[in-house]
Amino acid sequence: MKKIKKIKIKINGKIKSITQDTHLSIVLKNLKIPLNKVAIELNEEIVDKKKINKIKLNKNDKIEVVHFIGGG
Amino acid sequence: MVNLKKDSLIIANKKFNSRLIVGTGKYRSMSECAKAIKLSGAEIVTVAVRRVNISDKNKPLLMDYIDPKKITYLPNTAGCFNSKEALRTLRLAREIGGWKLVKLEVLGDKKNLFPDMIETLKSTEVLAKEGFKVMVYCNDDPLMAKRLENSGADAIMPLAAPIGSGLGIQNKINIQIIRKQTKLPLIIDAGLGQASDATIAMELGCDGVLVNTAIAKAKKPFEMALAFKNAVIAGRQSYKSGRIDKILMGNPSSPSKGII
Repeated sequence: MKKIKKIKIKINGKIKSITQDTHLSIVLKNLKIPLNKVAIELNEEIVDKKKINKIKLNKNDKIEVVHFIGGG
Repeated sequence: MVNLKKDSLIIANKKFNSRLIVGTGKYRSMSECAKAIKLSGAEIVTVAVRRVNISDKNKPLLMDYIDPKKITYLPNTAGCFNSKEALRTLRLAREIGGWKLVKLEVLGDKKNLFPDMIETLKSTEVLAKEGFKVMVYCNDDPLMAKRLENSGADAIMPLAAPIGSGLGIQNKINIQIIRKQTKLPLIIDAGLGQASDATIAMELGCDGVLVNTAIAKAKKPFEMALAFKNAVIAGRQSYKSGRIDKILMGNPSSPSKGII
């Protein structure tokens, strides 16, 4: 049986442990991110939200999920 | 009576009836912010781009309180201290949902919050080339305002005074010079303290004002929102009505003929 390998990624500055090759869409879904109200960066590159189910995450990937908040 | 209905504010080919832009920061709650915006009559609100709170999934979202279909969101780069950060922020803002009309604000000093105009100018050039419609927060220097215009800015937004200071317009002459030299929308951004400051800005010939702290931190934000709404309308009407010349000596209002 294939052993499940865990990797560490960083999302919004917080370290998270996930199974290797997990798709970005799964991570965002588990965090209940409302995709229509956010923008996503993977390793400082903007990610096309339509393609998140094709992106597999690797060790030390850095994800940023941003939205609009009150500001001047 | 001036017909203000036909006197729209046009920014990047988009028409707005209100000349008051308000910020959405510093309110005690999102519902207070939403109500103040409604009372202000503003059709454009500035918003910041920040990380989603992933540990508290039930935290209320701004979009749940202020509908971006009804009110134009103006993503802002507040908190950015160089061009790289500002560009990253606005590219992300565009990605959230197609926002192209943005407010560029690159700060140079953490204490006085004056804009870093070299970084601002660089960013304006890049953003304009990338198809953004850029409203640019800047100092009140006419030469720099001209450079921004030449670099593709869609609106010039000089400060009245440091952000959040409430000092009101410190350099009326510079604002008037900028007014004379540009046909771009000229919007006073930052430093207003009370409603009359907005009237003065409008009487100087500005096309609009952007206010956050003066409303959000007033003792009664709702009343102040309304006061700013009226002050902007009053200032615009006054400007369009053509003020009298200033003279040194008195000029009686009643005729001197027929005095008993």
